[in-house]
Amino acid sequence: MNRLLLLPLVLFIGLVAFLLVGLRHDPHEIPSPLINKPAPAFQLAQLQDPNKTFSAQEMRGKVWLLNFWGTWCVACREEHPLLIQYAKTNAVPIYGVDYKDERATALQLLADEGNPYTITASDPEGRLSIDYGVYGAPETFLIDREGVIRYKQIGPITEEAWQKEILPRVEKLK
Amino acid sequence: MKHIVLIILVSACFAGTLVAKEAQPNEDPRIEQRMRALTEQLRCLVCQNETLADSRADLAEDLRKQIREQMRAGKSDQEILAFLTQRYGDFVLYKPPVKATTYLLWFGPFILLIAGTGVLYRYLRHRRELIQDKPLTTAERKRAADILRGEIG
Repeated sequence: MNRLLLLPLVLFIGLVAFLLVGLRHDPHEIPSPLINKPAPAFQLAQLQDPNKTFSAQEMRGKVWLLNFWGTWCVACREEHPLLIQYAKTNAVPIYGVDYKDERATALQLLADEGNPYTITASDPEGRLSIDYGVYGAPETFLIDREGVIRYKQIGPITEEAWQKEILPRVEKLK
Repeated sequence: MKHIVLIILVSACFAGTLVAKEAQPNEDPRIEQRMRALTEQLRCLVCQNETLADSRADLAEDLRKQIREQMRAGKSDQEILAFLTQRYGDFVLYKPPVKATTYLLWFGPFILLIAGTGVLYRYLRHRRELIQDKPLTTAERKRAADILRGEIG
């Protein structure tokens, strides 16, 4: 009987432990079903030269980052200088998707603040972004040689995410 | 007073644009109704406590647009739900599917109910034994009589 009396206490402690773990989760980070799945194929016009296209298929054999951004997105602006810094290290090429944006404004931003992207594709209607399940720009996908998504960063890449999540994975995949 | 009138006028302007943005005058009412029924079961990913039907977020609007297009193209509700869960995961569904990872969610409360009933049953049975009046045995009766006589031993 005495052991039974302890049961509510044990249950309560268990519940508190669950809630504590829950508190540490960011509710805006929704696990993507696309992790370890092939990156959705696409072919889009390039931002700098709309006569040229950029497709995910031509990146086969390379480890690369695909970053969804837009000039309307405040967090992307915050991330921009860091991306420039990371691009300079040549650790991994960064490709951009300019998402639901005006071409002229996007070109202006890249001219003013620098361009971290090897190539930027235009997604004016946001269709590709829906295919990639993007819901909170910026979002960045790490894609391996076989064209499989290995990691997704929701929100701006932070120094911590770069060092702890992205770089180690890039090294492993190379 | 002038200010108040101005504020009302300005807000009225914005109210107008908000309504205009949502109006779909050329839309087939049947598709609109189906779209509404489907999106009411779906979560908007940007503002997570709103349904996809009610949200004014840009993404929700784009998704509604896609859903309309797919309905016009003859896709079934099941196919559209599959399209969405492939991209955003089960999180978009307000009613999560029954599968290995959600068993605890679906059946946990019933397991707790059964366990609780078990505990309650055991407790009540034990309690009944505790409060039952049991007649004293002859040895106990003799001891009680001894105590009453003052011959405690």
